[in-house]
Amino acid sequence: SMNPDLASERQTASFSVEQLTAQLDGGAEQTRMRRAVVDTIQSDPIFSRENQYFQSQNERYEAAVRKAVHLQKKMREMGWTENGPEYKYIYRALSGDVAFLLHRVFMRSISVLGSDKQIAKWMPLSTKYQLIGSYAQTELGHGTYLQGLETTAVFDVTTQEFILNTPKISAMKWWPGDMGRSGTHTVVFAQLYVHGKCYGVHPFIVQIRSLQDHSLCPGITAGDIGPKMNFEHTDNGYLMLQNVRVPRENMLNKFCEVQPDGTYVTQGSQQINYLTMTSVRISLISDEVITPLMKACTIAIRYSAVRRQSKLKPGEQEAKILDYQTQQEKLLPQLAAAYAFHFINVYLQDLFDRGYREIQRKNFDMLPELHAFSSGFKAMVTQCCTSAVEICLRACGGHGYSLLSGLPSLYTKILASCIYEGENTILLLQTARFLVKCFKAASSGQPVPPSVTYLAAVKSGKCPAKNKLDFLRPDLYTEAYQHTAGRLISSTAAKLQDLIESGVKKHDAWNECTVQLAQAAKAHCHYITVKNFAEAVERLETKAGIQKIMKNLCDLFALHGIFSNTGVFLHDGYISGAQMDMVTASYLDLLAVVRKDAVPLVDAFDFTDKSLNSALGSYDGQVYQRLYEWAQKSPTNTETSPAYERYLKPLLHNTLSKL
Amino acid sequence: MMMMMMNADLRRERAAATFQPELLTHILDGGAERTRRRKEIEALVINDPDFQHKDLNFLSRSQRYEQAIRKSSLMVMKLREYGITDPEEIYWFKSFVHRGRPEPLDLHLGMFLPTLLTQATPEQQDRFFMPAWNLEIIGTYAQTEMGHGTHLRGLETTATYDPATQEFILNSPTVTSIKWWPGGLGKTSNHAIVLAQLYTQGQCKGLHAFIVPIRQLGTHEPLPGITVGDIGPKFGYDEMDNGYLKMDNFRIPRENMLMKYAQVEPDGTYVKPLSDKLTYGTMVFIRSLIVGDSARSLSRACTIAIRYSAVRHQSELKPGEPEPQILDYQTQQYKLFPLLATAYAFHFVGAYIKDTYHRISGDINEGDLSELPELHALTAGLKAFTSWTANAGIEECRMACGGHGYSRCSGIPDIYVTFTPSCTYEGENTVMMLQTARFLVKSYTQVSSGQRVTGMVSYLNDLSRQRIQPQHVAARTVTVRINDPVSLVDAYKSRAARLVEAAAKNLQAELNHRKSKEDAWNRTSVDLVRASEAHCHYVIVKLFTAKLSEISNAAVRAVLTELCLLYALYGISKNTGDFLQAGILTDAQVTQVNQHVKELLAIIRPNAVALVDSFDFHDVHLGSVLGRYDGNVYENMFEWAKKSPLNKTEVHESFHKHLKPMQAKL
Repeated sequence: SMNPDLASERQTASFSVEQLTAQLDGGAEQTRMRRAVVDTIQSDPIFSRENQYFQSQNERYEAAVRKAVHLQKKMREMGWTENGPEYKYIYRALSGDVAFLLHRVFMRSISVLGSDKQIAKWMPLSTKYQLIGSYAQTELGHGTYLQGLETTAVFDVTTQEFILNTPKISAMKWWPGDMGRSGTHTVVFAQLYVHGKCYGVHPFIVQIRSLQDHSLCPGITAGDIGPKMNFEHTDNGYLMLQNVRVPRENMLNKFCEVQPDGTYVTQGSQQINYLTMTSVRISLISDEVITPLMKACTIAIRYSAVRRQSKLKPGEQEAKILDYQTQQEKLLPQLAAAYAFHFINVYLQDLFDRGYREIQRKNFDMLPELHAFSSGFKAMVTQCCTSAVEICLRACGGHGYSLLSGLPSLYTKILASCIYEGENTILLLQTARFLVKCFKAASSGQPVPPSVTYLAAVKSGKCPAKNKLDFLRPDLYTEAYQHTAGRLISSTAAKLQDLIESGVKKHDAWNECTVQLAQAAKAHCHYITVKNFAEAVERLETKAGIQKIMKNLCDLFALHGIFSNTGVFLHDGYISGAQMDMVTASYLDLLAVVRKDAVPLVDAFDFTDKSLNSALGSYDGQVYQRLYEWAQKSPTNTETSPAYERYLKPLLHNTLSKL
Repeated sequence: MMMMMMNADLRRERAAATFQPELLTHILDGGAERTRRRKEIEALVINDPDFQHKDLNFLSRSQRYEQAIRKSSLMVMKLREYGITDPEEIYWFKSFVHRGRPEPLDLHLGMFLPTLLTQATPEQQDRFFMPAWNLEIIGTYAQTEMGHGTHLRGLETTATYDPATQEFILNSPTVTSIKWWPGGLGKTSNHAIVLAQLYTQGQCKGLHAFIVPIRQLGTHEPLPGITVGDIGPKFGYDEMDNGYLKMDNFRIPRENMLMKYAQVEPDGTYVKPLSDKLTYGTMVFIRSLIVGDSARSLSRACTIAIRYSAVRHQSELKPGEPEPQILDYQTQQYKLFPLLATAYAFHFVGAYIKDTYHRISGDINEGDLSELPELHALTAGLKAFTSWTANAGIEECRMACGGHGYSRCSGIPDIYVTFTPSCTYEGENTVMMLQTARFLVKSYTQVSSGQRVTGMVSYLNDLSRQRIQPQHVAARTVTVRINDPVSLVDAYKSRAARLVEAAAKNLQAELNHRKSKEDAWNRTSVDLVRASEAHCHYVIVKLFTAKLSEISNAAVRAVLTELCLLYALYGISKNTGDFLQAGILTDAQVTQVNQHVKELLAIIRPNAVALVDSFDFHDVHLGSVLGRYDGNVYENMFEWAKKSPLNKTEVHESFHKHLKPMQAKL
């Protein structure tokens, strides 16, 4: 039965939940397809995640392999393909808890970096799982700085082979998924040497395990890198190579080739490849970052409507914790952020699709902007969503700390996204480099990409707001964000310029400004997110019921950003002290407004209970009963521990000293 | 065993330090003699083969519990064997044995025994204390229920007195009333002190404590009427059997109610207790421990991240030069050094609260409770402030270690999951902040009505003066000297005063508009929390600054002064809005503050490693491959990984079970 506290929340929704769900999915037809796929997967017990919180790393890994194998069967049964429209819903239904994800990266790198001949050779084997691939780039000593990789591949003209070596411990490949236990092959990135000359980092296909008995090939040392904060289901691995020989044809050679005599040739443009690599950063935002935040919001907000604690008014029933202003102030901005990032993700997907089409037409104009977008938004969105999930976790008090709440695993998984596919600080600085360059160009009247034209007109000014209601005007707060981003970029660029002109070397000047540069890049991305959210809300026009609530969320997102960064908006007096008090007042008013729709807003994300896998967040709100029943299934209750006989009993009987 | 050489980078860092780390260690320990004794106890534990075991990262939860129980049993015996009785020394011994983690006897030692001492009658002590001291009785403290943590009065467990049999009948009437979370309850304890609503003669008399046997002595089986077990896996606390307890018409004799204060007479007559403000003292004490714990946990994380950042080389700063230590990047310094300064600040705050508590605890025992309300209010806020900051700081340290920070071998994930519950337990942080706010608003109201207030809130007295001379506020803006900690204390003081006043005024405005006090309070609570935070921030800057003058060694004082300045200025740069809006600083000063923060990063950089060495964590206690004293990170990561359970066999069983059959079929 439905918990009455949740039922009452749903009765008062100001909009149609179903309509908002369809909006999020991109249409009612997509919603229908998603539900069908999720239902097919989740009704199959092999894909169950119910026991995962009780499982060891070994058991999690085995379950992930079993699921991956079973999935192949299921997909054939259902007629689904890896390029079909259903695929993203499969991933959502599994919550990513499946093996062979790096196998897909292996295949993608062959299709992007390999010649037609190589594709013809390796792809059929891969799609039929005659081999299991991985992608070995990161080393113990190098992640961010790829040019610094230390693995070597030396061309031996006499045998027409490359000899791969791990010359020192820090050169060992470390972290690649599917490599510790499963992989039979991997793409190894190594410094290419021909006739004693280094040609930089190149990719090589290397077999690491026997296709017959899965034992390690000669010269290969490989294994699992041990327990991590999450990803217990993935066998992240290490790999050491000692004089491992691969044929000349195993270097992926779409763009560069070593000819039989050792001549090194480059061919074609790598720019399309470059785009593929940067677009990976965008593609992970939806599944790995926004979805977990939406789940965390669902769990924390539903639980906050069920949990009652203390009294707001004497003599009354204890209040739902969602009615406390401090609880609203923790959770509702995170909910608004989930929606803001949903819309920015839609925007980025469109932009990249467009960019991809342009590049296929050999028009590379959009590349720098796309690169800056992919770096900056990957950093900003992963960072914001990670801290948002942690806020949700802590907002659930003691019960949030139980793995059965589902929140710890959401958190430990999402936080890895701040590091993989580019460490966030480095990425922000890449965006900053683009912004400084554009600022200079714009200042001298040269054309700049559309997203940064505002840099041409950075000037001092004052926010025109006269009362707190003015701060609910999207044009007004968007302008404030634009002004602040512009000011931060221009002042940092000016400081950089000053340092250089005063004789500081360029790279030293850059390092001295990096804290400010990163802040400026974040401010730019924040501005674009607010602007895009406001524009997306405007386009919702025809769907009146949704538009109103989305407008509230957009206001909340924008005002929360100002409220939490008052200093940068006050700094040059753009917003005055009195206006800042209006911002606060408007912001706190909005919390009470959005509060009323909080539960319907998370219902619209439309996660099944199995997807949430949480005792606190289920749709019916039977939190305590579920927690109690689930805990009883814990192995600590169902299996006996030797601790009593071995240690407790002698302790209790005072015979310990005789042990 | 072959001794590995010290990593060359770390050797260089240590040689370049401008002060002697041991001297700073002595200050942190409270004197050279305390350091000596701490190391002596550390050696007793670390050299004892009984306390050795496999790396806990490779054990299952059940195995970790078993190891913890084993070590706890030995620990209790050895403490007595060695005659260690000083509470701080016991704390050291315990934390070396368990390497800073919780253990199943925590509640027995930390709550069950002390509660018997303070709340049991002499007769009850005769019955229970010695058996509990000798661990024939192992007890826990069962307060929190599934449905109630913060709001104690809402607990639902009942204890109904039956005069016919002179027994209490204990019941868990709803699912939400099941006791949930008590440590040691799941598997270890055979008794619990249960908090329940007392019913006698048809009336509810509120919460009282009862000693409830839960498992059969001898067999350890749950008693009839008792349902008890482990609450399942958690984020951390793997070695702790946090438990649940459900009671169905479970009867205990009348004499099992802890009756030193309130009593139920045989006929069911209830005798009221005298004042119970005494429990305030215990709360203050426990919260002071959490402040200290915030400092230590953050110090451990900083030690790991800073040493690793000195060993790790990446990318290029200058074209053509070798890859630099990542500690040379400004962004990395900006992540880590403010946290290092924070760890030192919190150490001194923790020591201050502990000293104050000891100073006034004599007065408390003699019934003089005058200083208690302020200390109580202050520790509530500081507990929240320091645990929130440390919680976020530990994560920042882990992130600063990139991918390797995410591996369990870094040790930071463990520090985090062990520490993060302190934001919730012993008073949920937001609730704590609001308690402090209540005291601040009360003090503000007193000042408004013409009274003077004393102690840490005495700055509120100035507010009335400023209102008479409004130009005073404006005049002060130029007087802030950003190189002078004492002047920065004043700046923080002004900010706190301004935010307390704003919150109090907003509260008043709500009261004027609305009906109930509670509603108005709720609608102002975001402002109130901000005011509390500003107050706590001020107190911390003040205490850190005050500490500087106590340090006699010039080199140590110099480096601590830099850290103190960094702490204060970084706090301003992260909250510039408050300082600008209140007119405490100008735009130009804020720019200077930001600039000076970056200069301080460069100034502190050469001493960074020595500053974490001063925390003096033994490698065994630190539990981190990245943070090893000798800096031999990569070799040891490889050695560590080879011990992982997934590497037990070269070919994993999944190959035969799943992979091979699939390849055959596809």
